[in-house]
Formats: sequence, C-alpha cells, structure tokens
Amino acid sequence: MTNHWVDIKNADLVLIMGGNAAEAHPCGFKWVTEAKAHNKAKLIVVDPRFTRSASVADVYAPIRPGTDIVFLGGLISWLIANDKIQREYVVNYTDLSFIVKDGFTFTDGIYSGYNADKRTYDKSTWDYERGDDGFVRSDPSLTDPRCVYSLLKEHYARYTPEMVESVCGTPKDKVMQIWDMIGSTSTPTRAMTIMYALGWTQHSIGSQMIRTGAMVQLLLGNIGVSGGGMNALRGHSNIQGLTDLGLLSNQLPGYIGLPLQSEQKYDDFIAARALKPLRPNQLSYMQNMPKFHVSFMKTWWGDAAMPANNWAYDYLPKVDKLYDMLQVYELMYDGKINGYLAQGFNPLAAAPNKAKLNAAFAKLKFLVIMDPLATETSEFWKNYGEHNDVDSSKIQTEVFRLPTTCFAEENGALTNSSRWLQWHWKGANPPGEARSDLEIMAGLHARMRAMYTKDGGAFPDPIVNLTWKYAQAESPLPEELAREYSGSALKDLADPKDPSKITRKAGEQLAGFAELRDDGSTQSGCWIFCGAWGPTGNLMARRDNSDPTGIGQTQNWAWSWPANRRVLYNRASCDPSGKPFDPKRKLVAWNGTAWTGADVPDFKADENPAGGMGPFIMNPEGVARFFARAAMNEGPFPEHYEPFENPLGYNPLNPKQPQATSNPAARVFARDREAFGKAAEFPHVATTYRLTEHFHYWTKHVRLNAIIQPQQFVEIGAALADELGIGNGSQVKVSSNRGFIKAVAMVTKRIRPLKIEGKTVHTVGVPIHWGFMGIAKPGFIANTLTPSVGDANSQTPEFKAFLVKVEKV
Amino acid sequence: MALQSLDIVRRSATTLPEPQARGAHTGQVAKLIDVTKCIGCKACQVACMEWNDLRDEIGTCTGHYDNPADLSEHSWTLMRFTEYENPKGDLEWLIRKDGCMHCADPGCLKACPSPGAIVQYANGIVDFHEENCIGCGYCITGCPFNVPRISKQDKKAYKCTLCSDRVAVGLEPACVKTCPTGAIVFGDKEDMKQHAAERIEDLKSRGFDKAGLYDPAGVGGTHVMYVLHHADQPMLYADLPENPKISAMVGLWKGVSKPLALFAIAATAFVGFLHYIGIGPNETDEHDEEAARRELEKTS
Repeated sequence: MTNHWVDIKNADLVLIMGGNAAEAHPCGFKWVTEAKAHNKAKLIVVDPRFTRSASVADVYAPIRPGTDIVFLGGLISWLIANDKIQREYVVNYTDLSFIVKDGFTFTDGIYSGYNADKRTYDKSTWDYERGDDGFVRSDPSLTDPRCVYSLLKEHYARYTPEMVESVCGTPKDKVMQIWDMIGSTSTPTRAMTIMYALGWTQHSIGSQMIRTGAMVQLLLGNIGVSGGGMNALRGHSNIQGLTDLGLLSNQLPGYIGLPLQSEQKYDDFIAARALKPLRPNQLSYMQNMPKFHVSFMKTWWGDAAMPANNWAYDYLPKVDKLYDMLQVYELMYDGKINGYLAQGFNPLAAAPNKAKLNAAFAKLKFLVIMDPLATETSEFWKNYGEHNDVDSSKIQTEVFRLPTTCFAEENGALTNSSRWLQWHWKGANPPGEARSDLEIMAGLHARMRAMYTKDGGAFPDPIVNLTWKYAQAESPLPEELAREYSGSALKDLADPKDPSKITRKAGEQLAGFAELRDDGSTQSGCWIFCGAWGPTGNLMARRDNSDPTGIGQTQNWAWSWPANRRVLYNRASCDPSGKPFDPKRKLVAWNGTAWTGADVPDFKADENPAGGMGPFIMNPEGVARFFARAAMNEGPFPEHYEPFENPLGYNPLNPKQPQATSNPAARVFARDREAFGKAAEFPHVATTYRLTEHFHYWTKHVRLNAIIQPQQFVEIGAALADELGIGNGSQVKVSSNRGFIKAVAMVTKRIRPLKIEGKTVHTVGVPIHWGFMGIAKPGFIANTLTPSVGDANSQTPEFKAFLVKVEKV
Repeated sequence: MALQSLDIVRRSATTLPEPQARGAHTGQVAKLIDVTKCIGCKACQVACMEWNDLRDEIGTCTGHYDNPADLSEHSWTLMRFTEYENPKGDLEWLIRKDGCMHCADPGCLKACPSPGAIVQYANGIVDFHEENCIGCGYCITGCPFNVPRISKQDKKAYKCTLCSDRVAVGLEPACVKTCPTGAIVFGDKEDMKQHAAERIEDLKSRGFDKAGLYDPAGVGGTHVMYVLHHADQPMLYADLPENPKISAMVGLWKGVSKPLALFAIAATAFVGFLHYIGIGPNETDEHDEEAARRELEKTS
C-alpha cells in the first residue's frame, strides 16, 4: 500500500477493483465501513461477480475477467477529455510534460523494438529526449505533440465508452455513472482510494492493470494524499514481508535487484541501481544505493566483505533469467532439478496446471516439505481417487516431511499490507517434534557448512564465510534476526561534520537508513527495515494507538517501513509552494525551514520547495511516470491484451495484428502453449478466487472453518444454468484443456452473462481452498484447470481469466 | 444457571413473585444488527461456536452460502443470504444474521409448561435453562421467529443466550466482539435505537428511502434489532416476519384452556373422591382374575 489500512477511513470515494476486500480482507474492510459511516464516502465495486464487497457498495458494475485496462484506459481518456484532472499536480509532479524520443512508436498494439521470435522488446526508444544539458526536455504547456501528455491522450483515445461496453461487457450507463463519480475526486478536497489485490495481479497483463490504476490516481492528484493511494491488499499476513525481504529469485532484501549475468563488474552493478538525476535539482534517492548494499553485504559476510573484494561481490549469483515458480516447474518437468525444498508452500495446490506439477514432482529425486500441516504436495505421490489419480508404483521421489511451528507458536514480526512490521508473541508451544523454520534452516546450514569446510568444493566461500553470530548456532532467536535486519554500527561512527563527535558506538543499533555508510562501518540486513529495532529497542512491539493527528496516523503503533513513514510520497499532498492541497487532511507541510506534520516527510527534510525538487524522490526524474520508460516488459503505456485463453480469439483494440492478441512480451513455454484451450471447445470464461470462510489450503484442516464452508462448489450464473439444465446444488463437471474438477453447482444471479463484441459470454466462478487433505469434504484442486502462463514482468500466473466448459454430471 | 447479577423477572410456568429489590438501572440491553453493514463473513458464527463450546457437523454445500444450512442445537446463529433484484433492476445480496430475537414478550416463555426452563432477566435477555427443559417443543410453537431447536441427543431445546454469561459480567456478546465491520453493536436499548436512527439517516441519503429499524411491536419489541434497507419488506430478508405475533395456540393455552383444563383435572379428581367415599374403592375378585386370564390366552 502507498497508504495504510486505517487511512482508508479518510477517503471520499473507495474503488474496489481487482480485489474483493470484504471477502478476503474482512478486518481491513472495516475501514471502508468507517469511511462510509463517518466520511459519507461512496463505495464502487467493479468485478466479474457481485461479491461480498458489492453487497455493501453504492454502485456495482460487472466486467469481463481480464479487461480492466479497457475500463481504466477509457476512464483516462474521459478524465482528460472532460478536464477532470488535477492540473497543478500533474504538471508539477508527473512526467506529462516530458518529451519522448522520436523513435518511439506504437502501431496496431505493438511498440517499437519488438522481436516476435524472442517475444521481447529492444527498449532503447522507450525513453525521454535529453537536452544539451543532459537533462530530460520538457514542455510545461503540454502542447508538444511528443510530450507524454500528447502521447497518452492519443494512446487512450481508442478506448471509448462504446469500446469499453463492447469489450468489458459493462453496461454503458454504469460505466458513465462510475466515471463521473471518480472524476469528482479531481478536486484537491476530495480523495479516492483504490483497493486491489490478486484480481489485478493474476493476469498476463497484471502489472499493467495496476499501473493503469495508478495513472488514474495520478491524473486525479490522489497519490501521496491522505484517503488516496494505490492500496494493494496482501493475501497472507506476511506476504508483504516476503517481498520486502527479497524472497524472489531475482531480488536481494529491500528491493535491490540481484546482479544480472551482464553485470560481472561491481561498478556496473552499482551504476545501474544508483541512478543519477534526470532533471535539475532532483534527489534521486537511490544514489545512496552503495550505503545500503555495502551494509547488507557486511550483514551476510562480515569481515569477509571488504573493499579489496568489492564487498564480496563475487559471492552473489549473477542471474541469467528469472527463476520464478513457472520456470522452476518447467525445468523440473524436464528432469533438470533433482531436489526441491517447499518451505511453507503447497505448490501442488497453489501453482497452475496440477497435472504438470504431478509429473514434475515425480521426476525429483527428493522433495522436502517444511510445513505445520500435511499438505497436498507432501502426498502428491499417493492415489486419492479422482482427486489425485496417480500410480504410486511409478513414482520414485523420496519425500521428507519436516513439521514446523505455525505463526502462533513463535515470536516474530509480520509485515501487513500497510507496511507495518508488527511484533507478535508466541501463544502456545508447538506440538510434537515441530521445529521453527529458523531451527530447521540453521541446522541445514550448520551441516552444509561442515561439509564444505571438510570437503571444499568449487566455491565454498559464500557458505563457509557466512556470518553466523547467534548465541545458539542451531537455534537463532527471532529477536537476534530482527536486530540484524534492522542494523547496527560495526565501528564507532563519527559525525561527518565533526569527526571528534561519535554519533554511534560500535555495536549500537541504528535509528534508520540515513545512518548507513558505504565504508563497511555499518550493517543492515534489509535497508528499508533499518530502525525497526533501533537504539531505543524494538519499535515493532509498540502498541500505542493514540492519534493526535485525528486522521489515524498513529505514529507510535508498531513500525512502518520506510522510516516509520505511514503514507508514501506524502510531499505530493502539498502544492509546489509546500502548502497542503487540503488542510483538513494535512500530512506534512513546509513551515519555512523544515517539512513537518502528521507523518514522516517523504522528502529531504530541509529542502526549500522553491528549489523545485519533485516529490517522487525514488525516481531519478523526481516525478511520477505515466511513461514507464524501460521499466515494463510489454510497453511504456499499459495496453489491453486479451488473456491467453479468451472467448474472442482476437483483441478488439488491435484486431488486425495477431501478435497483439495476448501480451506479446509474456514468456510462454512451448508445452504450456500447447495446453491452452480454444473457445470453440471451452466456451466459458472462468476465474478463481478465495472465500471469507477459508484461508488458502490451510483452513480446510480446521473444524470451525470446515463447518461454515464444508464443500467445494462452483458459481454459475442462472442463465448458463438454465441453458445447460443445471439445478442449484447439483453436481457439475468443469473442464479446461488441462483437466477437470467436479463440484456442487451454486446457481446465482450474482454472475450475469455479458455481451462481448455482440456475443454472449458466461463467467464461471471457481473458489480455490479444496483439496484431498484436511477435514472439510474432500475436493478437487482448482488449479487443475488453470493455465501455466504469467505476467510478463512478475510471472504471476493467470489465475483470473481462462477458458472452461461446464457440463451437467 | 442463575447468575447473581442477573435478576429473573419472568420464569416459565411459575406464579411465584419475581425479585424486585434491584432493577435494571442501566437500562435494558439490545443487540443491533446492521444488515446494511454486514458482509456475511460468518465470524459471528465462529465466535458463537467458540464461546459457547458448540461444534456442528461438517455438512455439505446445498447451493447456498448458508452453512450450516439451518439453526440447530449446535448452531445458535447463522447468516442467511438472499439474492434480490430491486425494481431498478439492480441486484442486492441481503445477508441477515439469524438467531433468537429476545422478545420483550417472549412466546417461548409463555408457551413453556416446565417451571424455570425459560426465564427472562431484568436486562431483557430470554434464556433457556436446559436442566429444567422437558423437551416438549412448545417453545418452538410459541416462537414467531422459528428459532429454538430440540437436540436429537438430549431432547432439550437450545438457542442463543445473547451470551448472558458475558453480559452478566459487563462484556458484550461474542458475536458483537468479533464482528469486523461493526455491523453488530450492543448496549442499552435506547442507545441502540439512537445509533440505528443515525444509520437510517445515512441509508436514506444513499437512496434507501424505506430504510428503518426492525423492533416489532407484536412481541413487545425485541432485544435483538435489525437495521434494514427495506424496512417495509422484512420478508425479503429470508422470511423475516412482517408482524410477528405469539401463536394463537399459546394464547389459547395460557388464556382460556389452561384454567379450563386445570378445572377439568380438579373436577375429575373430585369425582373420583366422591366415588371413593360413596361406593368405595374398586377391587378385583377371583372371578375377574379368571376372566382376564382367558382373555390373554385367546389373544396369544
């Protein structure tokens, strides 16, 4: 989230799209009801299904799965055409005035630089023009035909209300009603928040859907303000912490990208990440990258990380490509992976195309499961009838199950959607032989380290030199790790302005990342978490909910990254002179000498606004981007591409160009492409989702949850049920080109048929949650049906839009 | 179970005077369920099961979100989901938390023939004391909301207690405590009506002209009330009765027929007594016994 859960109460308008907050985040949803009850806020829900969120919405509109960019692109065009933009904001705080390079083109859905064979782009033309001074050229009047504003306007001119109705299936009167409500927040005194979740991420164009939402918010001046923002609702209690700590194949902690294969030299690695400002007097905060990176390397490798070896740069793997789960299962299927460690992960249920997973796991020599529960993955080799129809005698994989503690059986911090690190305390001792993940990993490390020390190997250094300074080597405490990721001084730190003054003694915890240094005198395992456990102790454990700000900022409740800042980009809540756009919801302001207010300023604390420094200090431009430059793989402006399995077979926005039907830059493995189905055989659009009553594949092991939602079902619109003669509560079979599930049919008015390009398209809702383990009624794994293809940037699988056929059993 | 802080003001099938030394000085309690804020998450169902140590069976999906499918001795509350297409053609998903309404004039208590099986406290809560229940099911007939359920296991009637044990010590009911959206609130009944009035004003500003409070007069008002978007059509919410009244059968039993029946029983006893003193007791002799033996042989 750019903002935080409590701040949603300050919104005047709430748009829930690409998510179902009431269903999947009922506790956080309370802040929507607060906004409605105390702020007279209106709630809009746009979703393929009439959801629990829709049940309390002021306006609901249906949409075909996977077409959100059309809806939002149309909105962008309408906002511009009707002057529903906050002009002072967009002119000063975004790149709308910047001039784009001449070579940049967009024709029939394809941007300049496309290589159809490799399905990748040469992005060299996706950039701004530079002036003679080396800085980006701009036209503040926004009239230059090559400025971002002109290109943006032209790009979305094709996204008319008629096009929206035809592609999304959303009735035009609803479209206009919603756009009008959203347009009302372009004034500085009204704010809209957007709440989204996996309904946007789980598409082959998911990242671009989110960008389109962000662009709408920028046009309206709703980013950086209280009650506004782009608010991602994270699906696990600690999934935010997972991404923050870099548990992705190409990331180091704190969103520092792992070196690429092309970055063999340390200086190249740093130069690509510590970007120089693109405009005069811009902060480009990531120029501090060497301080963060060196402190990180000191955390992991201590004395072995030194200037002479570029802080152990050679210890870091240099990635040739993304090793996301789809890539890994592809390699596994090809027999190129011997062993797999599934830690707190149930991929047989959670990854697309279960049949492929079953085959891939059967090719492993060993599979280790670390989990508090007996997962489906741990039993992939066992026959459970139709639910897991395998021949155990043909599977040689050795499976080890290591029972772990669950969150309530250990201390630690969970990072919620608000970016708050909230410390929690163990509530019970773990049962039986369960051990914490820390103990298991520490034990594994100790044994590997002993083997490498004894036997050597091609390159044992990163393993044998790893810092391991915990009191009990085989059982590090969460408190020790927390102090480590927060950061401390390794030597006495002298004040740079007065070297006779020591600001931190060696061993002392640091108050924040501003204290980190690039000379090896500090350590911090995750720079954005620096200060969470500061010199005064564990700030994550704070539980002071007093709110002197009156707008729910509660600065002394837990600790929010970065720097205990609650609303990101909050400098943008003020006009260029430093006065709040809306004094009623003031976050920060310039008082003549400093930036102060209800939040930690997201800005240089003593920077006079007269200098023109932009509020988006993490970007080298200093402003927010409509034109993503080379940051996205499928293009600088979000363009609608159909889901890989779609009911049309063409892209209505680019009907003449088959290359632009689905995301031209998405990676598709050949055998996954063969497994795609066609509308002729699988005419119904399916989408998967979660239910309030369950959490993923865990709570089917819990009696109370099983009582309130006991058995697998699929939701089918009344019109389709009539057409197929399916009665409510009867059994149906739902098949895709990859397999089938059988479930109880829930016939509902909440899913209605949509008119798409003149033809009727039915949507089928497939809740996940069921499987063949646990105490709820046994069921099929929903991901038996889903296609193995991901977003072109994140590789998040396309779980939200694919093709099936529904049949009466 | 009698709790020291809960004075019983009415007791089934009992004519003893109620304790009167203490009153409900802080007013009578009420739970207000704002149907328009409810997202149907069922956290209240789980809280109810946890606090009251109830575990229903793991059932099946019947094509609805209602699970378990009905109230039972193990499910004292549940969400009832209704899909309603309004006259404008827009869909509404009406989600009502069903359970005991805690009537001011409780039909169950009136109907109950077992002394002390059903009581009403000074704070308004209607509670079942199962140890006194004889399983006759009259409370079901007496209830205009179809709430009590007889257990197959012990043949006793069960329903929501409004967490009388929690309320007795100053806590809110478990469902109220857990509700994530604040759709269920609890407190003094007058305060709850005030809160409801504010909610209704908000709903009217959002186009629900008929929004209103459900506190039906036919049962003397209730200690569980609803805020409804369509207060003029309570039947939309899974058949919430429009004008709930105590069944005429209960009125008959407690009104005319009970004294008549009591008189009939007394009269029979009196006639028997007259027979005894006038003619003497009925006795059997050898002849009667012989005749009975022959009858038995014939049938076997």
